[in-house]
Amino acid sequence: MRTFLIRRTLYGLAAIIGGTLIVFGLSRASGIDPRFLYFPEASYGTSGDQWERLGRELNLDKPFPVQYALWLGGVLRGDLGQSLTAQRPVAEMLGQRFPNTLKLASVAWLFGTCLGVPLGVLSAVKRGTAWDYLGRGFALLGQTVPTFVAGIMGILIFSVQLKDTPLALPSGTMGEGFAIKHYVLPAVALGWLPAAGYMRLTRTSMLEVLDSEFVKLARAKGVAYWKVIWKHAFRNSMLAPITFSALLFVGFITGTVVTETIFSWPGVGRLAADAVFGNDFPVLAGAMLIFVVMYVGVTLLLDIVYAYVDPRISHG
Amino acid sequence: MTEAAIAAGSRGAARRRKGRLSPLGSLWDVARRYPTLPAAVLLLLVFTAVFAPWLVPVDPFKSDLLARNTPPWGFPDGSSKHLLGGDQVGRDILSRIIYGARVSAMVMAVSVATGVGLGTTMGLVAGYFGGQLDEFIMSVVNIWAALPYIMVALVMVVLLGQKFWVLFLLLALLSWPGAVRLVRAETLSLKTRDYVAFARVAGASPPRIILRHVLPGVINLVVVSATLSMGSIILTEATLSFLGAGIPPPNPSWGAMISEGRRYLNDAWWVASIPGVCIFLVVMAGNFFGDWLRDHFDPRLRQLR
Repeated sequence: MRTFLIRRTLYGLAAIIGGTLIVFGLSRASGIDPRFLYFPEASYGTSGDQWERLGRELNLDKPFPVQYALWLGGVLRGDLGQSLTAQRPVAEMLGQRFPNTLKLASVAWLFGTCLGVPLGVLSAVKRGTAWDYLGRGFALLGQTVPTFVAGIMGILIFSVQLKDTPLALPSGTMGEGFAIKHYVLPAVALGWLPAAGYMRLTRTSMLEVLDSEFVKLARAKGVAYWKVIWKHAFRNSMLAPITFSALLFVGFITGTVVTETIFSWPGVGRLAADAVFGNDFPVLAGAMLIFVVMYVGVTLLLDIVYAYVDPRISHG
Repeated sequence: MTEAAIAAGSRGAARRRKGRLSPLGSLWDVARRYPTLPAAVLLLLVFTAVFAPWLVPVDPFKSDLLARNTPPWGFPDGSSKHLLGGDQVGRDILSRIIYGARVSAMVMAVSVATGVGLGTTMGLVAGYFGGQLDEFIMSVVNIWAALPYIMVALVMVVLLGQKFWVLFLLLALLSWPGAVRLVRAETLSLKTRDYVAFARVAGASPPRIILRHVLPGVINLVVVSATLSMGSIILTEATLSFLGAGIPPPNPSWGAMISEGRRYLNDAWWVASIPGVCIFLVVMAGNFFGDWLRDHFDPRLRQLR
């Protein structure tokens, strides 16, 4: 067990280093002098002196490993550099937006589980009936319709045609005027794909368990139908969705970037998307760092939980 | 029953007697057995992609400002000159959809081929040789799989530019880990088969063994995996184009069309919706087709019928 945990932690650290190395290395290996990223328009109007000074500031005169180590040191101190377009510290921008993303992701995940899992149970229990097809249709749409298309269709139907649900307010900070209703459309758009995944997973697990021996035994003993479903079938089929949640997380990152862009949600995802247009490399690097650390942390945690929870798995 | 009655009784009637539900005859049954609808959609995509220059009614790059935001034909103010309407600078949407199909199909074909090809090679090598090489390859795959894909994609596009080869590389890397894991697992199990041992004893070199003996056993899975990853590649390409990091402008791309049409949802909703529907149809067709392939050709799912 212990070696497994150590191994997983090492993998996690390697992933973080790998991710940041990619970001860092690409910026050096792409052949463009990174100072060009800091001064758009081919550094017109910069004096030679400023150029040199920026070069020393960015540690460009030192060898690559030293540069990376220095950057890493800065990160650990909380200094992620300066945004090129907003002229503010990246760490501050990220810190301001991160809670918003977290809020949206949590609501979306809640939607995913609260809708997906019961639908999966229903679909499994009433296999072959209209409920089953309804559930499976829902899952199909969730997996084939891209997140941004779902978001745009949602805006089209609910905000434009029905004038019903308001869109998110495009303000820099949340808190002024944000109500539950602002969460509805983005959370549904973001959470549809996870809901579909949960639904299918729960359905498959439930179908397997429902056919198993001990369920038949419980029924033969005379246990009430619903009790059988809940006490025996459901709890045993929950292991797979837990692992699925880890995989889900990376999908959330992609989904957040897109959903926040559509709904002008002031979160990290939109920051990253805007950074692509603005060629704002420090912001992208910072966002990448946050996402990688988050993802690695969550998967590591889930692996640990899973290893403890499932007695069938033994790790040497 | 007279012989004539039996002979004249349509197969439909016989089926009805047996309790089957399709009175339309044997053609319907054949159609049900094969994934006709998904295959038709995919064939349409390929056909459109190949014959695009001859199919377009209007030049997709030409903007006609008089035709800005024209509704599709059949709606008020719609004209037959722009069957699916005009976009925000007056380009014909139908033509852009057709050319978008061409670009999407090309990107998809190259990316899937590269990604799955590379993944298969590495999976074969990792599975067959085992040991440290296997560990190394699997570590690389696991680390890559731990990274948030879209962030790496965005970073790469910012730094390397929004070019086609960057997109091919990115999309190939999307399907690559799945292919490696799948092929490696299958290779591990095929490695223990007798015919591989015989080949080794007979003095065959490892490359020969891999290519002539292991690869044919793996190819089924590879085809299924490639088809199934088609859907996610289209989705990812559309998402990247939507964010401005995908197919380089001015090439038409369905994702980019949706992004541009976002602003006009109130008045010209068709500009953003029509490409969305197209993406949905293609992804669904790809998924269904891949599912059918898997049901029929995946050796692990083989059952006695």
